[in-house]
Amino acid sequence: MTVEELDQIAISVRQENAKYDYEVNVCMDLACVSQGSDKLRDALVQAAEAAGKKVLIRRTGCMGPCSHGPLVRVDPDDVLYRKVHAGHAGQIVSSLGGAPVAELQCDLNEHFGSQVRVVLENAGYIDPEKIDDYIARDGYKALLTVLTEMTPNGVIHRITESGLRGRGGGGYPTGLKWGTVAKAAGNLKYVVCNGDEGDPGAFMDRSVMEGDPHRVIEGMAIAAYAVGASKGFIYVRAEYPVAVSRLTTALREARRRGLLGNDICGTPFSFDVEIRLGAGAFVCGEETALIASIEGRRGTPKPRPPYPAVSGLWGKPTLINNVETYANIAPIVRNGGKWFANMGSERSKGTKVFALTGKIANTGLVEVPMGIKLRQIIEDIGGGVPEGHTFKAVQTGGPSGGCIPAELLDVGVSYDALLKMGSIMGSGGMIVMDDTSCMVNVARFFIEFCMTESCGKCIPCRSGTAQMHTLLTRICNGTGTMDDLQLLEELCATVKETSLCGLGQTAPNPVLSTLKYFRNEYIEHILHKRCPAGVCSMQAAVEVLA
Amino acid sequence: MSKLKVATAWLDGCSGCHMSFLDMDERLLELAELIEVVYSPLVDAKKFPDEVDIALVEGAVASVDDEKKIRKIRAHTRTLIAMGDCAITGNVPAMRNPIGPEAILERAYIENASAQPQIPCVVVPKLLRVVRPIHEFVKVDVFLPGCPPSAQTFHAALTALINGGPLDISALTRFGA
Amino acid sequence: MSVEVDVKTLEIDGHEVSASAGQTILAVARENDIPIPTLCHIDGLSDVGACRLCLVEIAGSNKLMPACVATVQEGMVVSTNTERLQKHRRLILEMLFAERNHICSVCVSNGHCELQSLAQEQGVTHVRLPYRYPELPVDVSHERFTADHNRCILCTRCVRVCAEIEGAHVWDVMGRGIDSLVITDLHDEWGKSSCTRCGKCVQVCPTGALFDKSKIGSEHPKYPDFLPYLNLMREAQ
Repeated sequence: MTVEELDQIAISVRQENAKYDYEVNVCMDLACVSQGSDKLRDALVQAAEAAGKKVLIRRTGCMGPCSHGPLVRVDPDDVLYRKVHAGHAGQIVSSLGGAPVAELQCDLNEHFGSQVRVVLENAGYIDPEKIDDYIARDGYKALLTVLTEMTPNGVIHRITESGLRGRGGGGYPTGLKWGTVAKAAGNLKYVVCNGDEGDPGAFMDRSVMEGDPHRVIEGMAIAAYAVGASKGFIYVRAEYPVAVSRLTTALREARRRGLLGNDICGTPFSFDVEIRLGAGAFVCGEETALIASIEGRRGTPKPRPPYPAVSGLWGKPTLINNVETYANIAPIVRNGGKWFANMGSERSKGTKVFALTGKIANTGLVEVPMGIKLRQIIEDIGGGVPEGHTFKAVQTGGPSGGCIPAELLDVGVSYDALLKMGSIMGSGGMIVMDDTSCMVNVARFFIEFCMTESCGKCIPCRSGTAQMHTLLTRICNGTGTMDDLQLLEELCATVKETSLCGLGQTAPNPVLSTLKYFRNEYIEHILHKRCPAGVCSMQAAVEVLA
Repeated sequence: MSKLKVATAWLDGCSGCHMSFLDMDERLLELAELIEVVYSPLVDAKKFPDEVDIALVEGAVASVDDEKKIRKIRAHTRTLIAMGDCAITGNVPAMRNPIGPEAILERAYIENASAQPQIPCVVVPKLLRVVRPIHEFVKVDVFLPGCPPSAQTFHAALTALINGGPLDISALTRFGA
Repeated sequence: MSVEVDVKTLEIDGHEVSASAGQTILAVARENDIPIPTLCHIDGLSDVGACRLCLVEIAGSNKLMPACVATVQEGMVVSTNTERLQKHRRLILEMLFAERNHICSVCVSNGHCELQSLAQEQGVTHVRLPYRYPELPVDVSHERFTADHNRCILCTRCVRVCAEIEGAHVWDVMGRGIDSLVITDLHDEWGKSSCTRCGKCVQVCPTGALFDKSKIGSEHPKYPDFLPYLNLMREAQ
């Protein structure tokens, strides 16, 4: 495979597409499929045949505003339809060439207006199971450029220059990580893609893997070339069957096209990728636990150092990056580090994909430049909280993150700003809460999650989260005391400072941030036995034997 | 100086702590110069006095009666001492917690009864679902662990409390001592 | 003549000490009679850094490091017993006592239990956290030994000694979080497992969770000192 051949494929795809007068793109992301978009697609194919129109019915990845799904976009007119079901197929097909179907049309200009799509540039535009679709949109060009024109150091330099930071949550500078693995001694190295997205309410990585799997594979191949690895693993949770199947198809097609395997594109670079399934443990998103799991051992973390960059999979230097991080690589290589560094804020470059959920009009997947105000994400893109309710808090970073109150909504989103507010970027979950949420109950929900997901290896996380859960339950059922509150705060400090891995170290964040911004709700529960949001039943368990 | 008013009380425990207290032997005579025992299973006082300087409480809180007692004691006591492991950790009485009170009553009064198997329901106080240490109900000022704390521990601790001297409990005793 | 010597000098609690490169902070501290509390660590087995009692402060870093696995660096300034560390250690011990049913007074290890001694050393006179009182099994199926999970602190010494020294790997951990349990084979009864009956797990167990049936009451001191010796002899072979 050469650049010319890639171009040839792209041309033939375009020629093929040109045979059609219209393209009807049907979102086949899990959210839309669960509402029947697969049946819709079949119905559209039949309707198009019956009408004798030249219509390309294409299945695509996530288009974004999931709460409006199933979504359909008709090109070249760029008309977006919402809540489409199989019964609408005839209407849509017959409208082609005429006026759009008014009652299905949705106007989300504001929703899309502030978004900048880098990671999601192809999602909604290509068939994720067709490698040629990806190639037609400049796919694998970056890999070929790297293999034929750049040195490994040159690649690392470009990534460093871009200012890209790990999108899995920690925000470690990607270029620095790559450089460390590249410099680590040893001939055998590994690259690993962390697709063990386990945060409640987060689905960025799933959508990328489902909607544009080749982008991840291309990013991994470039990384492997840069650090000197020849073997890669994608660690995906088994709860993502569609992602696994699309990745499997993508790997097969990439091998068939000679973009994976031995002597890729006639260069001495060899690289292949295996998929490993996670068995549903949140802690396996922590890199040392993930490594243990890939090796076939119990998924528990290990103290670092040594870092995986020096001693990872089977003791070899290992590069671990998140799905979204890899998804950023090809565009950075194609467009240059400076292009990427021009987007975003001072110390957080580029864009970030967020899974916007909760009490908000437009839930779904959004991609915004770093530095954008939280208010813009929630009010403009998300459409704000439903009428009759008021915004209370936004929870970022999943169970490891914190709840940010209304008065801080004008802060720009960046790794450092979120950390300063007592939350984290995390992988990009964003849960909006309104006045119907009790913040004590929210804290309890997240602590319960961490408690059940703690691996049990270190005492503070294993036992401390369980103790915090007991105390929060007491407060929620009206039996908590001010002593309990003090003990809760002590537990937060110890669990945060002494836990072995990130799970425990960040588990107290939802409690700490709600204590910081919504302390009055805790006090109301304790002193006045009242839940301001009316969520907690305040019913204590019967303590006396009847 | 008037004598300090000392009370001792016995919740769900085996009385071993009281026995160990008595093991202070002749040192009790020295103590008697400084304290007056105003309420105790060891003396004949029916009502807990209104003002007590030091109360030593043995045993865990296992019944509604225990709970009532400990709250009353706390309300009328300046320095409350949790005496022994039952009062501090729940100890042996708390061993019923994992299986629950029904199972214990069943075993004691039905399975093992040789005559007239029945669970007592009058006179005896109702059991709490969970046996708990006293500090989960009221504020405790001093903890003297041990099963039982030794006579030496009692002597050293009481002497320090009466004279206002330093008290390093961990140097004296531990859980299970 | 200049020779590359792999000797590091550092400061622990104000004492200037020397160490060889690659040594852990814990090893160096113990060589110099500076006590650091530990529970999961035991001389002769690999370290897992799980109990978090040996966390120490290192000047210039806000992050606490486990002394059992953190290696010495030239010029490092280590504090092993600050107020912050003491607070954390006490609370961690309280967590352990509240987690399962540790009834010292009726335990075979009363008087020679590492958990009990640590509580005394660290000044834990009572547990402020609510006791959890879980219902846990006691496995008496083995002809020689008993496993009482009420007393287990999940230090995994048994797991490691069985895998690393005996080479049998009968013990491992099942479940996760607060529900974790050490098990023999695939959660078979100990007596029906592939146990070699060597008894090493009993000797390294810091509490009364694993004990010898032939010993009664408090006549159950444990002798884990054979481990470093055994390792030494094996290396010599």
